[in-house]
Amino acid sequence: MRERPGLPPVAWSYVAAVVAGAVFVLATASYEGFKPQTFVVLAALFLICDSTPALLNLERARVSLSFSACLASVVLLDPEGAALVGACALAAFQRVALVKRVYNAAQFALCGYIAGTVHELLRPVGPHARWRPAVDLELLPFAGALFAYVACNLMMVGGILLLSRQATVRALIDEIRLLTPGLLGYGSFGLLIAGVYQAVGLFAPVLVLLPLFVARWAFAQTRAQQRAHEATLAALCQAVETKDYYTRGHSERVSRGAVMIAEEIGMSPARLEAIRFAGMLHDVGKLGVPTKVLQKDGPLSEAEFAAIQLHPMRGLEIIREIGFLDEALTGIMHHHEKLNGRGYPMGLAGEEIPEFARIIGVADAFDAMTSTRSYRPARSVAEGVAELRKCSGTDFDPQMVEAFLRALEKTEWDPPRQVVVPEGEHVQTTRQDHDDPSTPIKVMGEGPW
Amino acid sequence: MVTGSRLQVARERPAWQHLDSAQLVLLGAAAALTVAAAVSLAAAGTVDEPKPAIIFGALIALGELFRMNMPGGREVAPISTAGALGYGMLLSVGGEPVTYSALQVVAVTAAGMFAGTLPHIAVGRLPQLDAMARRLVVAAVVAFLFRPLTGVLFDERLSLGEWWTALGLMALISCTAGCSDMVVAGAIRAEAVRVRFGIAFLDEVRAGVLLCAAKTATGMLIAVATSVMGLAALLLFTAPILTTQFAFRRYAAVRITYLQTVRALSRVTEVGGYVETGHSRRVSRLAVAMGRELGMTEAQSLELEYAALMHDIGQLSLPDPIPGGATVLASPAEQRRIAELGANVIEQTGVLDRVAHIVRCQSAPYSASPAPPLASRIIRVANAYDDLVGDSTDRDRAAAVLDRLRLDSASEYDPTVVESLGTVLERRTYRW
Repeated sequence: MRERPGLPPVAWSYVAAVVAGAVFVLATASYEGFKPQTFVVLAALFLICDSTPALLNLERARVSLSFSACLASVVLLDPEGAALVGACALAAFQRVALVKRVYNAAQFALCGYIAGTVHELLRPVGPHARWRPAVDLELLPFAGALFAYVACNLMMVGGILLLSRQATVRALIDEIRLLTPGLLGYGSFGLLIAGVYQAVGLFAPVLVLLPLFVARWAFAQTRAQQRAHEATLAALCQAVETKDYYTRGHSERVSRGAVMIAEEIGMSPARLEAIRFAGMLHDVGKLGVPTKVLQKDGPLSEAEFAAIQLHPMRGLEIIREIGFLDEALTGIMHHHEKLNGRGYPMGLAGEEIPEFARIIGVADAFDAMTSTRSYRPARSVAEGVAELRKCSGTDFDPQMVEAFLRALEKTEWDPPRQVVVPEGEHVQTTRQDHDDPSTPIKVMGEGPW
Repeated sequence: MVTGSRLQVARERPAWQHLDSAQLVLLGAAAALTVAAAVSLAAAGTVDEPKPAIIFGALIALGELFRMNMPGGREVAPISTAGALGYGMLLSVGGEPVTYSALQVVAVTAAGMFAGTLPHIAVGRLPQLDAMARRLVVAAVVAFLFRPLTGVLFDERLSLGEWWTALGLMALISCTAGCSDMVVAGAIRAEAVRVRFGIAFLDEVRAGVLLCAAKTATGMLIAVATSVMGLAALLLFTAPILTTQFAFRRYAAVRITYLQTVRALSRVTEVGGYVETGHSRRVSRLAVAMGRELGMTEAQSLELEYAALMHDIGQLSLPDPIPGGATVLASPAEQRRIAELGANVIEQTGVLDRVAHIVRCQSAPYSASPAPPLASRIIRVANAYDDLVGDSTDRDRAAAVLDRLRLDSASEYDPTVVESLGTVLERRTYRW
């Protein structure tokens, strides 16, 4: 775990103390049982792993496989040796500020020394006994050393982040929760290296780390593909929206609004992902509604209204084949159901409406109200909020409306810019917005509802 | 054309008739190995060193249980393969030399794979027999090459130097087995997707080399660790490959979702009434088959597929659908405009620039200069064919359209591409 660049004003003394501690440990060590060959191998391993891209990247911290090298050194060398391997961070092939470099080297050295000491204390045989190749004998001292190392590392990095005011305590705890499994995992790969090192020497790190580097490649590819997927999805949704000047960016904003609500009610990351896509794709089926219906001035005939009511089903037809969570599909299909059962396409009511659909419904209506339409200018966010409140309980799930309003207080809503419809014969604008609850679609032979 | 009725006939034929010759040879070899291993075990009446046999067998079964599908429909089971390699290359258990035969390795691997496959069958997932056979053959190759050496070279506790010799041999033998596996996989794929063996082989190498390296390394690691520290080490030392497996599973899932998304969203033009139902899908299928016929690699044909699926996306920007959705009947200027608009949409993604380029060039005639890329020429032909034939199953109509495209070739269409269309159509008629 590394700290982020930045010049800490108050933290200088802390840095100085850690560096002094590391220098003291390294300077006063006896280096009696020092094994130069093993040290060189581990130091090289540390530097190689450290200069390759890390597996786990957070804003303020990165965890690379060099952690495995540190823990291997704790087992294979004595505490002084482990401290020296940690101090190699000074020579890391990375573009980091000098202060950071020195601090990292010092804290790795201290962590190595402390973990090495714990390891020696826990070993059943004397400190200079030969490495005994048996998993069960080595497991307890290694676990102790691993926990000591991870704890020291987190404390020292946390300390500097707190003192330099780069992180709040709460953010730090969240981050530690994310980092700890990774640190423990990488650390335990160090045990594997140490376990076979005595037998096969240099081959040990190669054999252990090769599958991990392959995994790293796959993780990087996964991220790249995910980004590509999202970009493609957004671009295609935009292409669908170009049919109508007034609804541009609607899908993207509904997606954002739906995620805001979902985050507020504490949805799991996997479901958040699904609702993001569901929000993006919720109106894809609108393409199946004939343009002349959307552009019609005045009330719609029954048949024309039926065409509009069918659009969630058409959307479902398109995206059914995507290996989505089923929830996203039901969310898209039912996003125009109303709590009182007067929505479409199935007329579900209350709890029958899937959670995703209730969320998307709120975000959808809000964005429609705060956007410009051909028949009216955009309403302000406050007006939109008032309208949501008014329809809460009849059209919308009050729980979702409340969650959305809470989220709106935290994050600012970015309403679409004023639409300027260019002059020209090919410009298409809709006269009927099916999403707008404040101006319901008028159907011949029926009063507004 | 592919017709429903002909497809039906194809499904009704017995399964073995679908097998290509390479698959038959492979399955025959795997079956022969399994029978030989079973017979030798039955003749001996006992299993040498039963404890490692059981534990490695269990590991292989677990690996089969968690096998996964990589892009291109390749079934892999890294943990199973690593376990089988490790068992084949095991020297001792905690310092006690092991003396089992190569045939026992085959028997244990086959038994483990069988046990791990049962749950899949129970939930209705049929095994990919050729992928399983390949895994068994790899394990067998390694075992037959390595087992005879163990007694000769390494019978005592090994020194560092001897370990290095052993590891060098292990690496050499595993790589030999891995390479021969890719040759087999390439031969099977070459027959399955109708592409030259060289291209199929390189595709297999690109798709499998990293995972193969990870499996080999773990197999060797397991063998060393178990030899040095005993069977308890087996559990710990599969941790790295577990990470690899996890990473690849996610990668495969994302790749599949991406393709599904593009496939699904290519249908918006149909729902919007711009093109006939199934047009994008048919064009993409035809284009990919032609692309493989013309020697495209897997990566190239994936780009071709994306471009073919989205080739009409530009029509979304048209105020009104063109009649019948058939771009082949539109004026050249209109065609260019649709291609340009479509390319602009695809460029918006920021990641599919090459696909956008293909879509942009689809409207250019073959005689244009600079010459449009092969993928664009393919889409141009496939699109024209599907616009004129549609989902009609009339063979005469298909033949007439093909003749018309042939007449237009050299100026409008690339003659080689038109001929590849002919080959693909002909094969469909005969095979289905």
